[in-house]
Amino acid sequence: MRGWGFWAASAAVLAAGVGFTELADNPYYFNATYVVLQALIMAVAWNILGGFTGYVNFGSAAFFAVGAYTTIFLHKAFALPLAATILAAALVCGLIGLGVGYLTLRLKGVYFAIATLAMGIVLETLVNNWSFVGGAKGTYMLTPDQHLWFDSYSEMLFMVMLVLALGAIAVSRKLSSSRIGRGLAAIRDDEVAAECSGVPTLRLKLVSTTVMGAMMGVAGAPYPYFVTYVDPISAFNLFIAVNSIAMPMIGGTSHWAGPVIGALLVGSMQEIITVTISSELNVLLVGIMLVLFITLAPQGIVGLVRKHWKKRKA
Amino acid sequence: MSALLQVSGLAKRFGGFTALEGISLQVAPGERLGLIGPNGSGKTTLINCVSGALFNDEGRVEFEGRDITRLPPFKRARLGIARSFQIPKPFRSMSVLDNLRVPLEYAARSRTEQRNASDEAMRILETMGLAARAQHDSAGLTQVDMRKLELARAMAAHPRLLISDEAMAGLSGNEVDEVLAILFKLNQAGITIIMIEHIMQAVMRFSQRVVCLDAGRIICEGTPDQTVANADVQRAYLGA
Repeated sequence: MRGWGFWAASAAVLAAGVGFTELADNPYYFNATYVVLQALIMAVAWNILGGFTGYVNFGSAAFFAVGAYTTIFLHKAFALPLAATILAAALVCGLIGLGVGYLTLRLKGVYFAIATLAMGIVLETLVNNWSFVGGAKGTYMLTPDQHLWFDSYSEMLFMVMLVLALGAIAVSRKLSSSRIGRGLAAIRDDEVAAECSGVPTLRLKLVSTTVMGAMMGVAGAPYPYFVTYVDPISAFNLFIAVNSIAMPMIGGTSHWAGPVIGALLVGSMQEIITVTISSELNVLLVGIMLVLFITLAPQGIVGLVRKHWKKRKA
Repeated sequence: MSALLQVSGLAKRFGGFTALEGISLQVAPGERLGLIGPNGSGKTTLINCVSGALFNDEGRVEFEGRDITRLPPFKRARLGIARSFQIPKPFRSMSVLDNLRVPLEYAARSRTEQRNASDEAMRILETMGLAARAQHDSAGLTQVDMRKLELARAMAAHPRLLISDEAMAGLSGNEVDEVLAILFKLNQAGITIIMIEHIMQAVMRFSQRVVCLDAGRIICEGTPDQTVANADVQRAYLGA
């Protein structure tokens, strides 16, 4: 997709979002799309480190939860508005991401993945024992009265999430198609060869983990206002981490569009199945789809499309 | 004569195992140096220390009079040290052309005027005889082409010193000649070359000077003919 095409599409999606808030009046629609968009940001963020750079992060839920708890803390301590807590969550989670980036100095492959999983458990334990933000029993967040010019708070949250998602996609696209993107791909393919080709691997990995962390924090920041009750078990839920891995895998990790396609497809199917059949089945669905894609189409949907194009050309 | 590369008193240990000890070596600008030695004698470890993939425990490495002993590999690449790998390490997800864009956009960026990286990469592929493969997946190349890609990628870094680590291993006679011709051409363009090789016929033809390593020490240094005639070298290769 060329530059102007991408921005035109983004503007169209944004306009459609505004139109959606004007036309639809069933609050369920906004809740459902919010969930899909939240998963989309998480998937795009995960893919920056997992897909572009080749480091598998199992601790996505921790970044998400820290983003959510940053909002809770700042709301309780200083009554800051949502915009400020989103920025703060980006900052805090970006810093944690930077720390995780230094782990890559010593840990690669499965060891790195385990370390990120462990980090999630450590952070969850900390929050469990921090009574100011509710501790293990969780905490309530009252929905604020003001919701700008929107009809309801959930409509506003939907628009916030839509803007954040488009921003995340733009960042990810910019990263992947630039010189930095080629550097990250070189790291994924062979770190030693990348370094010997002049790629500052540590610096680029730190950029990658920091951007990933900040993005996941941003995805988690509005969450307390969305659910109005947050406890560590739901915020640090492993399912969030699994979804952030599964969606890029299913969509295709090598291209920025992969996690977007994966998140829209899997996310909306999950919502539909939750409503029509059962909420248990949607967990099963992710598992089955992941197994099918990894065995039959390891390059994801993007890979399938590329293969098809190549065949048609030849 | 000021040396392009100067290694002095270099030692590298892996735990209790001493891989290299007391290595001192000078390479002059424009020289063609052959580095030989039996398997496990420390050739690759030595060039890992020169290129920065490993840090040495003792001694100094100087490049163009500058101490680079503690410099990370990417900075050495930017100064002009490029290498190929014994086991080819292409960027497998990229096309052959994009493989070359990485060093062009990173290692060579600070030293050369900015030109279109794709055109530049194409030019290098042409000199390597890889132009027809430019858009192919690098993972699917044949053995010869994979070896050529290793050299091409090293070239794309616009090196002053090129270290070729067994660029001819597993190639047939004709293919060896082909790669050798490329190396001669690069040398004529002013690039200093250190060649690690087991194919003696290639080393003898290519090198102006040969250094032989055995069990982590330099046992002989001289012209190719002197080296082959040396008793220590014969013992190291053939056994006493």
